Amino acid sequence: MPLQAALVPFTVVGRLVMGVCAIVGALSLFVGRTLLACFTPRWHGGQIARQAVSIGFLSLPVVGLTAVFTGAALALNIYTGGGRFNAEQIVPQIVALGITRELAPVLVALMLSGRVATTIAAEIGAMRATEQIDAMRTLSTDPFRFLVAPRVLAGVATLPLLTSVADIVGIGGGWLVSTLSLGFNPEAYARSTVAFLEAWDIQSGLIKAAVFGFIVTAMGAFHGYRATGGARGVGHAATQAMVWSGVLIFATDYLMTSWFTQT
Amino acid sequence: MSPAAPELEWRGVRKVLGGRPVLDGLDLSLVAGRSLVIIGGSGQGKSVTLKLALGLMRPDAGTVLFRGRPLPGLFNRRQSVLYRQSGVLFQGSALFDSLRVWEIVSFRLLHADRWPRVRAREAAIEALAQVQLGREVADLFPSELSGGMQKRVGLARAIVGAPRVLFFDEPTTGLDPITAASINRLIADQVRRLGCTAVTITHDLVSARTIADEIALLDGGRIAWRGDRADLDATDDHRVRSMVEASLPPR
Repeated sequence: MPLQAALVPFTVVGRLVMGVCAIVGALSLFVGRTLLACFTPRWHGGQIARQAVSIGFLSLPVVGLTAVFTGAALALNIYTGGGRFNAEQIVPQIVALGITRELAPVLVALMLSGRVATTIAAEIGAMRATEQIDAMRTLSTDPFRFLVAPRVLAGVATLPLLTSVADIVGIGGGWLVSTLSLGFNPEAYARSTVAFLEAWDIQSGLIKAAVFGFIVTAMGAFHGYRATGGARGVGHAATQAMVWSGVLIFATDYLMTSWFTQT
Repeated sequence: MSPAAPELEWRGVRKVLGGRPVLDGLDLSLVAGRSLVIIGGSGQGKSVTLKLALGLMRPDAGTVLFRGRPLPGLFNRRQSVLYRQSGVLFQGSALFDSLRVWEIVSFRLLHADRWPRVRAREAAIEALAQVQLGREVADLFPSELSGGMQKRVGLARAIVGAPRVLFFDEPTTGLDPITAASINRLIADQVRRLGCTAVTITHDLVSARTIADEIALLDGGRIAWRGDRADLDATDDHRVRSMVEASLPPR
């Protein structure tokens, strides 16, 4: 009995390690099959277009509102912080840099992890629970090609576009609040933003956005595909999709930022 | 393949789920053109038997053979041959929520066989007519249909393209007796019209009597009894007798 008690911690650690290995293995296989479906024919063009509208176009309002308020709040904070060492004039530059390199891609991705990853997980999870995925397989159609790849391709294609919109709207939000309430000259603000920004500031944000697009859609599809146990399982899958896509967005953001700032 | 070789065969199939052997050395075969109904109580492995034949599950031991060749996995060429020649009616119909009825019925034609949309729509409308649904249903979504109509759409999807093998998973579950009877008649008519091999799993003996040429009882993970439809009431096998008696109305 004392020996059994002494082994309990090892059992717990062992189960944890086995659980992590199982998840990593399942995720690796899922990503592998997804990439195969994304990069080899046959592609379902209609499904890709439908998902691009759902993920991209229908996210425009939430992306626009998030970006404009973020840009405005950022301008106020930089103005206040910069004022401590008489550097209020750096507002246009820091707003532009912060929005393009970091805030636009990350916030757009986070908003989409709430709006898109959960939707994908719920849709695919409900299809799993009602045997629709099994039915698709028996109809000679690979669910990875029909359900997963179109969502992932649409996410990777549309997140950079949404981020571009967020770049413009976010900088516009900073411009609005700076010119309306902080006393900046509108033309001078715009000129200093354009003069300061480099192409790489925008490009690095768009690269991040494409990676986040993959994460958001793949996490939604992965958790939906593994959903078990009816409505409760579908709800759990949607929650897991949002939580894990959020965590992975922050982790990969850090890794990519470290890499980009070294080059 | 010799003419007597079975169209579909489960050979020594074993499947363990949750630590419990659901199928334990299942041996079952079916020659082409026959309609076999597998009956049995809940949890006896009926659905697993069907899913193994469809490649939706893999056996732990033994093999499932289609026309004498094993079906080892989903993306195996043999499996796709079976899929292209088969139709399945799922227990809950499994209609795709986001598609219109005609797109669901012609799903395989549109997405696997790449038929033009106009031609696929006409084929879908013809299949809907076979299950006594009118052209006006074609543009509805599944959420706009009753349970019986959903079953009919599921049956239309199964028979479109004239399959050689049909699978029916609890075709009358959740339906009222009148609708269930009409679905049973439709299934029997379509199996006869197409001259195809059919495998049905059900615990509904009314279904079994209407659809079957042969009936097999699954019990303890194996086939416990098998006979022609007419033998169902004549057999003295106590497991079959208890199922038959349980299906009769109380006196």
